[in-house]
Amino acid sequence: MKIKRGVFHFKTPICVSGYSAVVGEMEGEGPLKDEFDRVLKGDMFGEKSFEKAESKMQQIAVIKAMQKANITADEVDLIFAGDLLNQCIGTSYGLRELKIPFVGLYGACSTMAESILVAAIFLESSHVKKTVSVTSSHFCAAERQFRFPLEYGGQRALTSQWTATAAGAVVLEEGEKTKIFVKAGCVGKIIDFGVKDINNMGAAMAPAAADTILRFFKETSTTPKDFDLILTGDLGEVGSKALNKIMQEEGFNLKEKHNDCGLMLFDLKEQDVHSGASGPGCSASVLCSHILKKMHFGELKNVLFIATGALMSTTSNQQGESIPAVAHLVHLKGEV
Amino acid sequence: MKKEEYLKYVEETTKRADVKKTFLFSFLFGGLICALGEALRLFFLNFSLNEKDASACVSCFLIILTAILTGLGLFHKIAKIAGAGTFVPITGFANSVISSALEFKTEGFILGVGAKIFVIAGPVIVYGTAASIICGLVFYFITLLGGTI
Repeated sequence: MKIKRGVFHFKTPICVSGYSAVVGEMEGEGPLKDEFDRVLKGDMFGEKSFEKAESKMQQIAVIKAMQKANITADEVDLIFAGDLLNQCIGTSYGLRELKIPFVGLYGACSTMAESILVAAIFLESSHVKKTVSVTSSHFCAAERQFRFPLEYGGQRALTSQWTATAAGAVVLEEGEKTKIFVKAGCVGKIIDFGVKDINNMGAAMAPAAADTILRFFKETSTTPKDFDLILTGDLGEVGSKALNKIMQEEGFNLKEKHNDCGLMLFDLKEQDVHSGASGPGCSASVLCSHILKKMHFGELKNVLFIATGALMSTTSNQQGESIPAVAHLVHLKGEV
Repeated sequence: MKKEEYLKYVEETTKRADVKKTFLFSFLFGGLICALGEALRLFFLNFSLNEKDASACVSCFLIILTAILTGLGLFHKIAKIAGAGTFVPITGFANSVISSALEFKTEGFILGVGAKIFVIAGPVIVYGTAASIICGLVFYFITLLGGTI
């Protein structure tokens, strides 16, 4: 493993041997509806609370991903996971039955990239052979924790984003079982440009995404031309524009190469989600369906996946603090 | 890009709601609710209720109507268009209490519904009560000095 400050290059082949995405009803009506492994009906999925529903979604995602990788829970050395709920209960209750050694992570909406990156570093160390990375979010559970009760009659800001009800899981293994490899990664710094508007998280997170991408380009001497797709997590409409603006000022034109999971999960014209989708489940479900499928079929060969997370809480927001953000990057490649 | 520059850029590019449209819908829906209230007041007065009782009945009716609409999951859909039109009248207050009660019942009736029912309406109650005390004191001292309001 070659390491520069926060940037990792993996020498051992670390392949994505299984992946799965499980989503809620509204996500299942979006543009990617045919790509998910399972679309669950209703809000509760037969559970008694939204939190339990989120746990169920995460559990199904892990089980499906393991099935696709043709391994059992007993074979998994470590599972890296987290979610948005207080104390990450979506994860702890969702993974409780699986009895896999567990490393809990919190990176807000950046958790998918964070968990893949940390898992890859562990795999590179050769102490583990098979890992699972998973994260999730549930619109209703997030609303009640961060905002208002569901039936509260308020108007949402145009810059606000819609927390995705979704989960995504990735099985990573040492070896060349498949043709999708984790080649490199970059751990994000906590970046805060002073945005305080909790309804404009895209704008708060864009500078973090830019910082991570710029550091990766610099350390690896690459430019957007070297990649098929530069995929950010949940910057939405506002954040994507801001990212392009910052990158342009730094001399990089992302435009044709850039897309954002927050813009792909829903139909922004037909579905009432304002600036796009958000939440850890957003980037996780888009990566673990549409993107990895395209990589599987060789339509995409070189992808930078940058999941972005806003690291505030309701407390810090009420105390008038600005929104710190982080973005972790994973470089996925179609060959060793 | 410097922080100040970026914040300026965000401020300039942030899309805001269309004020004219928001104001128009607030006015129409708010007016509609008030007209409904007035119609109900006249209706109750017709039933030989006095002024005070008729007004109380109007409030009760609107609160119950809001409760039903909130429970059926319709209120927030109307409020999305109506904005302040449904928020400012008694309907907004009722919805904030009822939606909280519905939301937090998963945490039980004591620590869920009981503790969190006023999580949104709480500030209105606190500052409404405080303002009424101040007004009462002002009124008291004015009458003490022989004035009238």
